[in-house]
Amino acid sequence: MQEFLQQLVNGVAWGSIYSLIALGYTMVYGVLRLINFAHGDVYMVGAYAGLFSALWLRAGTEPSLGKALLVLLFAMAVCALLGVVIERAAYRPVRRHPRLTSLITAIGVSLLLENLGIVVFGARPRAFPEIVRSQRLELGSIVIGSHQFLVLGVALILMLLLQLIVHRTRIGKAMRAVSFNADAARLMGIPTDSVIAFTFALGSALAAAAGVLVGLYLPRVDPLMGLIPGLKAFVAAVLGGIGNIPGAMVGGLVMGIAETMVVAYLAPTYRDAIAFALLILILLFRPTGLLGKREVEKV
Amino acid sequence: MSAGIRFLRLLAIFGGILGLGTLLPRAVNPYLMQIITLSGINIILAVSLNLINGFTGQFSIGHAGFMAVGAYLSAAFTFYLGRDGVAALAAAGVPEGVAVSGFLLAGLILGGLAAALSGLLVGLPTLRLRGDYLAIATLGFGEIIRVILLNIDAVGGARGFADIPPWSNLTWVLVWSAVTIGVAWNLVHSTHGRAFISVREDEIAAEALGIDTTRYKVVAFVLGAFFAGVAGGLFGHYLAYLHTNSFTFIKSIEVVIMVVLGGMGSITGSVLAAIVLTALPEVLRPVREYRMVIYSLLLIVLMITRPQGLFGTRELGLGRLGRRLRDLSVAR
Repeated sequence: MQEFLQQLVNGVAWGSIYSLIALGYTMVYGVLRLINFAHGDVYMVGAYAGLFSALWLRAGTEPSLGKALLVLLFAMAVCALLGVVIERAAYRPVRRHPRLTSLITAIGVSLLLENLGIVVFGARPRAFPEIVRSQRLELGSIVIGSHQFLVLGVALILMLLLQLIVHRTRIGKAMRAVSFNADAARLMGIPTDSVIAFTFALGSALAAAAGVLVGLYLPRVDPLMGLIPGLKAFVAAVLGGIGNIPGAMVGGLVMGIAETMVVAYLAPTYRDAIAFALLILILLFRPTGLLGKREVEKV
Repeated sequence: MSAGIRFLRLLAIFGGILGLGTLLPRAVNPYLMQIITLSGINIILAVSLNLINGFTGQFSIGHAGFMAVGAYLSAAFTFYLGRDGVAALAAAGVPEGVAVSGFLLAGLILGGLAAALSGLLVGLPTLRLRGDYLAIATLGFGEIIRVILLNIDAVGGARGFADIPPWSNLTWVLVWSAVTIGVAWNLVHSTHGRAFISVREDEIAAEALGIDTTRYKVVAFVLGAFFAGVAGGLFGHYLAYLHTNSFTFIKSIEVVIMVVLGGMGSITGSVLAAIVLTALPEVLRPVREYRMVIYSLLLIVLMITRPQGLFGTRELGLGRLGRRLRDLSVAR
């Protein structure tokens, strides 16, 4: 029981990271109906932005809460910008093409970021400085590292902020309108282009936060780190119902817990297969995801 | 075209392949030979994927998974049964070359069938999904296959599968490329081919006209998977070593890029793109670390400027030339 609780905490921590990445996938899919394959690599860039800003601020050797926050904000800002640039340069020109074209473009952007990452950052993994000192927390009989709580806490705060933005602001309302029906939204005078750009910025910032949190948690970053977590986070988004924001949060948590449990109790070598097995099951039995709405196909 | 001309043309093609397969190893160095052979394997992969992606319009990014199934099964077949089988047949007086060819052929077909079966198992449920969902499902399947293979100790697991009989060579690869191209070409120019294309063009309209769209999608999928499996078998028996790292999502993407570059729905385009993209990394060797950067930039620019690929759905080659000549002679 004790070990189970311990694993559950680990699973929730990983799951909240998946959730943060999944949110970007789901929001972009919501407004553009595009699987943004490059999203996992934006998360990688976020981790590196965090790494370099932490080195520059010397946040690893003399950590403080303010510096940690600065590192997080800097990484989020860099990625928000990157997201907007990607959307403007690669996705907007193919928006009117068939959907497969934009899917392949997204794969191209993903490959580009990965390989630029290898060229610019070097292929070798780098250690992430400990910008927040880890402490051991004892809760009754289970021992938890404080980083797990930090990850969960930051993720929860960001998700709460996202909910506020989406449901309580004008731009959030515009996002929901574009997601509901882009053409109608444009006819109502909503500047769809800037709303889409904003959505990319928001999603990419969340991915950057996930990158910094993973850097803190693992603590290691490399140029291909976004590939598998990106795919898994996408699976998490599908699991929760793609295009659905609370769904992405739930899907991420389910994924994180399922994965940790399989590694702990069944077969650790099957770690990377479990996500895709889950994906195929969900696609077969409930293609709209756990919280998704059914879409009626019209001619 | 009369049966006689068809037969003669077939004979000429296979004669040419045999000639190439025997003469080329003497004429060029092993390095170049390897590039040519791997181009041939990539031709099989690209043309077979084009059946699924290009002609039927179903976006699959799990081709490496089918390739892996074929590669590992056929390698296991020759590794565990082939060597002893050849020895036994040789003792019974069968020439070794014949015995080796027989076992390799059996292994390749077995690998292809296993890949086709997995294609069927994946295709039946997932092909009801649309567009990007299908893409993700095939990707997931490819990764699952890879992880499973990584965990089977009889085929080497994480160490890789070493010591596979190195029986495959350029001739084998060229023969199978010709078979793949021939089957694909004849298929897409038949009634069934029209059905494939109708599924690509407008699935709802095709269904309204009474075409069993799911069945055609599954047929394209199974056929594509079969040839991917054969290509995997050729690959394993050529390198004599297999590792699951050769069959990641990246490999699937590589094949997709070949199909896209050549043009979705152009067989000759796929062939040309497979050759170009196999040779390109070697040509780009001096800028090695920028190679993939150039690759991906190329892909993005291509998608923006020419989303239908270099050739679109058009074919290139003697057929067109022949038709033009015929038109001229009729005019005269």
